[in-house]
Amino acid sequence: MLISVYRYDYKKDLDYKMQDYNVNPDDCSGVMLLDALSFIKDNLDETLTFRRSCGEGVCGSDAMNINGKNGLACVTPLSKFSDSGKVVLRPLPGMPIIRDLVVDLTNFYSQYRKVKPFLLNDDSISYEAENLQSKEDRDKLDGLYECILCACCTSACPSYWWNPDKFFGPAACLQSARFVFDSRDNKTRERLIDLDDQFSIFRCRTIMNCTYVCPKGLNPAKVISELRMEMLKHKI
Amino acid sequence: MTIPEHSFDAIIVGAGGAGMRASLQLAKAGFKVALVSKVFPTRSHTVSAQGGITAALGNVDDDNWLWHMFDTIKGSDYIGDQDCIEYMCRNAKEVVYELEHMGMPFSRLENGKIYQRPFGGQSKDFGKGGQATRTAAAADRTGHALLHTLYQQNLKCNTTFFNEWYTLDLVKSDNGTIVGVVAMCMETGELSFLRGKAVILATGGSGQVFQSTTNALINTGDGIGMVLRSGFHVQDMEMWQFHPTGISGSGVLVTEGCRGEGGYLVNADGERFMERYAPNAKDLASRDVVARSMSMEIREGRGCGPKKDHVHLKLDHLGEDVIKTFLPGVRDLSRTFANSDPIRTPIPVVPTCHYMMGGIPTNKFGQVLSINTNGSEAIVNGLYAVGECACVSVHGANRLGGNSLLDLVVFGKAAGDHIISNFGNFDNISLVKDSNIGAASERFFKWNARKGRISVSEIRREIKKVMQSDFGVFRTGNIMTGGLKTLRQLRDSLMETGLSDKSLSYNMARIEGLELDNLMSVAVSAAVCANERTESRGAHSREDFPDRDDVNWLKHIIIDINDNIGYRPVNQKPSLVPPFKPTARKY
Repeated sequence: MLISVYRYDYKKDLDYKMQDYNVNPDDCSGVMLLDALSFIKDNLDETLTFRRSCGEGVCGSDAMNINGKNGLACVTPLSKFSDSGKVVLRPLPGMPIIRDLVVDLTNFYSQYRKVKPFLLNDDSISYEAENLQSKEDRDKLDGLYECILCACCTSACPSYWWNPDKFFGPAACLQSARFVFDSRDNKTRERLIDLDDQFSIFRCRTIMNCTYVCPKGLNPAKVISELRMEMLKHKI
Repeated sequence: MTIPEHSFDAIIVGAGGAGMRASLQLAKAGFKVALVSKVFPTRSHTVSAQGGITAALGNVDDDNWLWHMFDTIKGSDYIGDQDCIEYMCRNAKEVVYELEHMGMPFSRLENGKIYQRPFGGQSKDFGKGGQATRTAAAADRTGHALLHTLYQQNLKCNTTFFNEWYTLDLVKSDNGTIVGVVAMCMETGELSFLRGKAVILATGGSGQVFQSTTNALINTGDGIGMVLRSGFHVQDMEMWQFHPTGISGSGVLVTEGCRGEGGYLVNADGERFMERYAPNAKDLASRDVVARSMSMEIREGRGCGPKKDHVHLKLDHLGEDVIKTFLPGVRDLSRTFANSDPIRTPIPVVPTCHYMMGGIPTNKFGQVLSINTNGSEAIVNGLYAVGECACVSVHGANRLGGNSLLDLVVFGKAAGDHIISNFGNFDNISLVKDSNIGAASERFFKWNARKGRISVSEIRREIKKVMQSDFGVFRTGNIMTGGLKTLRQLRDSLMETGLSDKSLSYNMARIEGLELDNLMSVAVSAAVCANERTESRGAHSREDFPDRDDVNWLKHIIIDINDNIGYRPVNQKPSLVPPFKPTARKY
């Protein structure tokens, strides 16, 4: 199998180049694309650089652009490419590149911070018991809390490419909703008021790339429209 | 050479559950905290914990923290320290409620309380009242929910993050006080001295020494290596938990919660074999017991599949609703890594290295203990260790499921609190010399200077091979002796390694080299201790010494960087209740 990888080092290179590696999937320690990348690093080229951690799709480290579509290398089976015999790997689009497949996610994380991604609750806190939450209210967090911050969605979003400083991007919007819809949070109205500008969530043009690429099967585009509905409900 | 210096009240190395619980405690109290992590915090391995966090909340069934304490001591096969286990179980309820108040999205019961499920090794009424239901859960993504919640709280409290900074070593002043760390910014490859009045190590486990492991690729025992190189000891390194249900082939974990929800293991004959090995607890016996039983089934030819090399975890009888509501992550993993949808077909599973019970010896405040040549214990000034890298010891020879997340938050918080209340006593005038900082930077230059031909991956592969074949579920003296010899040869051959990539920006080859030093330390210390302990206890199961030997071995083994062995007594003095005496361990 031919694995073609984007190579660039921000300290040394003026431009990128694509480098091809030939890998026999049977030589790899597992059946996923990450196993092939590890094989290259261990046996063919120590300089090839990518992030990785859990190896099972829950930490979000190894997000990259795989044959044009963002995804996680550790849950992408090599068998997917056996017909064509080729896979092209590039760093996540729309992000500054540090080295090879490693991008600078600083702006992605700072957009996340902007949505105040923590419970705001003024009630006097007693640790004698838990806050009660009905099953139905808890169900509202499903599809929101599972986000792994891999940045596949945000880096696939043309609206984010255009306004990365002002548009939150799908991942941060999803996290905004995770707290707006939490029955234990009592700053819902303030949170929604904070979203009331042309950019923060309204730059979403329902292009749906986010939903198309999310490796966890989440639907940020739908959640963004639900946030807008919630603003209407609160007459904001 | 001088390197830039940044000063903080406390430095925390590792941003998993334990590190972030500690930093939160300090940041909330207004301390200036640096959280140093080689990965962005939510990529830490806590994220992979699935089943839950154990606390006697009593939301589903009668419960009592003393029962939890008893189960944990029995689970530890009696070498858990009883004062520390008492402290953990007594504080469990409060720390879980705190997490809930922080916003952690626990699953819920009909009455709105936190959902709890049965887990292995849990009982009511000190083993006499049947299975308990004690593990609080957020579906099967409890670690993810916990880790993200703690990261979010740290954002709220303005912790200073050093994300993607790799800590090389502790900086130790001439009088033995720990005064900070030398760390490398991975993006630029530049070193800095991070000075702190206290350093908390929260570097997690080291499952990457085994070939087949549920652990993340980042779990390389960095804290263990640092402590050994600083001249201190590590403890109980022979104790490694093999989780019964790693997916065959990939090693990916599926939670014990599968069995808590009613799933069970079957062999090639379709027999629910745990009924034979543990007539009462069956599939919810302790992990060491279940892992051994599975290995026996496979060894005796009753394994499943064409190679008869695994057994089946059967869930299809639970129904689609239970699986989709409480085990959605497991379903995803099984479909991805085993090509099997548990709603219809069983998951192929095999015991897989999962957890390091041993680690850096500490007291219940997380303070690291050093052992002098005369055997007396002393506290290492300025150094704490929490979470999986620490050996408090609350897990002894075998950890119970759900106690790991609990350990993280209880002792992460305790270490934070201890620093807060003793801050005035920290030795802040201790002189740091350039030579101290130089000693902690040494490894960076050593790896740069090496010109050998052996690659890092080659040695790492060999370490994993030896650990897997010679120090697995079943162990035997002569095999382990050979294994240790090979590991020592590998340690010598470290001198003949070299990096072909010496660039500065995000050089993962250099990181993997630095990690290799730590993997090596972990593997050798584990091998020495496993050879040393001539009995079977908990996860350490020797075919040449099949019985537990309380006369000679009711004690911890400690080891230093020169492979010198020592012993520490097990604490059997809880403060509120009489001690639990060792008895035969049956499930």
